[in-house]
Amino acid sequence: MPETIVFYTFSAVAIGASALVIGQRNTMYSVLLLIASFGALSGLYIQLDAPFVAMAQIIIYAGAIMVLFLFVVMLLNAPREDAAEWDRAHPLHHPNIGRFGALLATLLIVQLAWALAKVNGLDAPVGARTDASVGSVVEMGRVLFTRHTFAFEATSVLILVAMVGAVILARRESGEQ
Amino acid sequence: MIPLSHYLIVSAVLFAIGTAGVFLRRNLITILLSIEIMLNAVNLSFVAFGRFAGDVDGQIITFFVITVAAAEAAVGLALVIALFRQRESLNPDAFTSLKW
Repeated sequence: MPETIVFYTFSAVAIGASALVIGQRNTMYSVLLLIASFGALSGLYIQLDAPFVAMAQIIIYAGAIMVLFLFVVMLLNAPREDAAEWDRAHPLHHPNIGRFGALLATLLIVQLAWALAKVNGLDAPVGARTDASVGSVVEMGRVLFTRHTFAFEATSVLILVAMVGAVILARRESGEQ
Repeated sequence: MIPLSHYLIVSAVLFAIGTAGVFLRRNLITILLSIEIMLNAVNLSFVAFGRFAGDVDGQIITFFVITVAAAEAAVGLALVIALFRQRESLNPDAFTSLKW
């Protein structure tokens, strides 16, 4: 029973904080709420016996990526979104497009419910078939450096390219003041 | 124990919130944050399926997704800074040079 309470608490925090991220007009609050959402998600990962992913979530996502976002928000010191202008100018504001979108969304929900009704075994407890040791850091490291070595090395190239790309994109042109 | 479907529902709701954010918001930084929400929703379902199947691959792909998200955030924010320098605006509707 306690794990049910923990699951619903973390899920509610994650969903509520994410919804507020979308609802906020102030980007600063959005970034801080997203950190709360990521913290709740890492609680869910712990519950799924994935301690490494949970820690990576907190250290990399909530720690590094969100601090990067905070830096940019503070650096740009951007004005708030203009809601009135958005309401007038938005292309999705046309009523016919809205109706068409609602129809498509309803179709998608019906299709999803139909597909889910055909799948068996989704109601089985998530950890019923296997023991928790499968998610251990030792096992994960072994698989990462044997079966997925190429992907791991490719990731390092990706990081290098992203780093160089970010520096080049964000630098000031030499002609500019 | 929690059924697998509950994790998938949480994941689907988070993904829907992220999608709504991309379509509804008119601020480049909030759109990037919505993309992060979507990536996290997918991560959650990967880890839940991995735990369900007793396979460590679900966590490994999450690890790669986190790495790619870091790269994406760095490049995306660099683009936002470059765009803001050009137009003094974060509204994506301000960047219509390629529109005909």
